[in-house]
Amino acid sequence: MPRPSRIERAPRGAANAASSTSQPASPRRRMLGGLALSALAAPGLKAATLLQPLSVDPWTQTPGAPILEHPYGQPSPYEANVIRRAARTWPMPGAASSLTPLADLHGSITPNGLVYERHHAGVPDIDPGAYRLAIHGLVREPKLFAMDDLLRLPAESRIHFLECSGNTASEWKGPSGLPVQITHGLLSCCEWTGVRLSTLLEAVGGRTAARDGSTPQWLLAEGADAAAMTRSLPLERILDRALVVYAQNGERLRPENGYPLRLIVPGFEGNTNVKWLRRLKIVDTPLQTREETSKYTGLLRDGRARQFVFEMDAKSVITRPSAGQRLTVRGFYPIVGLAWSGRGAIRQVEVSTDGGATWQTALLDEPVRDRALTRFQSGFVWNGAPSVILSRATDSTGYVQPTREALVAARGLNSNYHYNGIQAWRIEADGSVKNA
Amino acid sequence: MRKSASHGRPVAGSMRTLLAIAAVWVCAGCSSSWNAMHEAQPPVAAQARWRQAVDAIGKPAGEAELSAWNIDVAPDGRGLPRGSGDVATGGRIFAAKCAGCHGANGEGGVGDQLIGGAGTLASGNPKRTVGSYWPYATTLFDYIRRAMPYNAPQSLSADEVYALSAWILNRNGIVADDARLDAHSLAAIRMPNREGFVPDPRPGRL
Repeated sequence: MPRPSRIERAPRGAANAASSTSQPASPRRRMLGGLALSALAAPGLKAATLLQPLSVDPWTQTPGAPILEHPYGQPSPYEANVIRRAARTWPMPGAASSLTPLADLHGSITPNGLVYERHHAGVPDIDPGAYRLAIHGLVREPKLFAMDDLLRLPAESRIHFLECSGNTASEWKGPSGLPVQITHGLLSCCEWTGVRLSTLLEAVGGRTAARDGSTPQWLLAEGADAAAMTRSLPLERILDRALVVYAQNGERLRPENGYPLRLIVPGFEGNTNVKWLRRLKIVDTPLQTREETSKYTGLLRDGRARQFVFEMDAKSVITRPSAGQRLTVRGFYPIVGLAWSGRGAIRQVEVSTDGGATWQTALLDEPVRDRALTRFQSGFVWNGAPSVILSRATDSTGYVQPTREALVAARGLNSNYHYNGIQAWRIEADGSVKNA
Repeated sequence: MRKSASHGRPVAGSMRTLLAIAAVWVCAGCSSSWNAMHEAQPPVAAQARWRQAVDAIGKPAGEAELSAWNIDVAPDGRGLPRGSGDVATGGRIFAAKCAGCHGANGEGGVGDQLIGGAGTLASGNPKRTVGSYWPYATTLFDYIRRAMPYNAPQSLSADEVYALSAWILNRNGIVADDARLDAHSLAAIRMPNREGFVPDPRPGRL
């Protein structure tokens, strides 16, 4: 049974009226992960057409469910379509990824159960009572930290996005036809709580000199999963920001997000935020692990490859309307989306509804945070003509989100990772929205 | 050394945050919490006392205690264990434990292609294999030892990992048929694509 549309007028005549209509999920809709946009009230719509004699609804006429029916709360059953999905069937289900349903989310925080996943050898089942974090290598006093130790250290909470460096790789060779969950859903944003990496480094007495007398500049981070996933990280670039976290959005980490402990390196590509973190080793040179040589390197046109490509550059995407959705009547529609940068805060998002001929500045939801998802809002009046809508982010360093053509000109078609091109959605005359 | 080689500020910042939270608690209801917070700052000595206690958290551990986890191998060969393995032995192990995913000849299957691909990196269909792409042979040893085979990681002996490394490198034309690899000879291998990687030119360039 469709729910009634929620209709409200935006302040300042601008766009923030949101509408969502859940309908029974056909397999196709489930695959696309989108919800049809219902009609919004056009300014000329007569109020009388909205008024129907009300009856008293059944849920008003009987007491509802008791407390603790779900000791851990669950979404409404009417939201059962809002789930993670995989882009394809993976040959090894544990070495795979799932994607966040961006089109169905609001605000800038990703609920824990919808945070995207990328595992290299499955989700380990770790007993926190038996868990230890080792910090060693070129440090004065190597140590093991139990979870109780880590919980006694000074902690802080910060909101940061996580984006897999493979996010949106589907678009390197041109529009894929896929919906935003599949094209951009290797992206989430949480409040992370834990201990600063620098605090832990102090607790092991700080760094000792490398063999040549210099201060060691690299950190090896290793997971406790069956891949013992490892990355070498440039210490000076992350020391001010990196956190060793045990909680996300107010509760302990979910198993698939690294329980009981993970690294958060704000702005760096997702896989450097090592999950199930068991070991930090200060080293004087990168270890050249598989995940920084064979994988997560960007092959260029001439056959050479970029290595140690860490920061996720500024990027944005419109989540409503987006591919798989449909505009059902002519008139006003909000345009909302997400913008983020691994190098700072979002300064501006521009939206075009004419394929890039003209641009309007979108409203940014406050507060705009460093290295966090930022929700933007704009709007347009759809007159029934085919239209192409785009968004373009600028970050606090002045970097402007590039076009796909510019990325391809710089890197060719084989880079795989770090695609952040401007995303176009085409609204057809029948109101359907396509990635074309 | 301790102060200069590590960062003193961030932990001091954390402590200040903690103390500021305490100060706000103390003055809840004050008309000017900002001023009160500053007045309530404890003396430096208290911060120093806390910091010592914070730094005392965690159990000191020697490298011997950590050795089961300390398995990373550096590109110069540091971290490679004792032992050795030859190409023929590696071929037998590969057939038994690896070929199911990577193909009988390392041509790939549900697992990555490991062999071949030379000269394809600049083509429209690049094959990134151990032979065509990987810049260091030490990475091969490190990855097999920590993560392979997929269904039984960290189950292979050092000799078996050396042997598998030898077979994969041999099939890529990098070591001879009669090669036996150990810590010294593996670290000495120069991979074909050793010079194939460039640093990130960003920011400033796409």
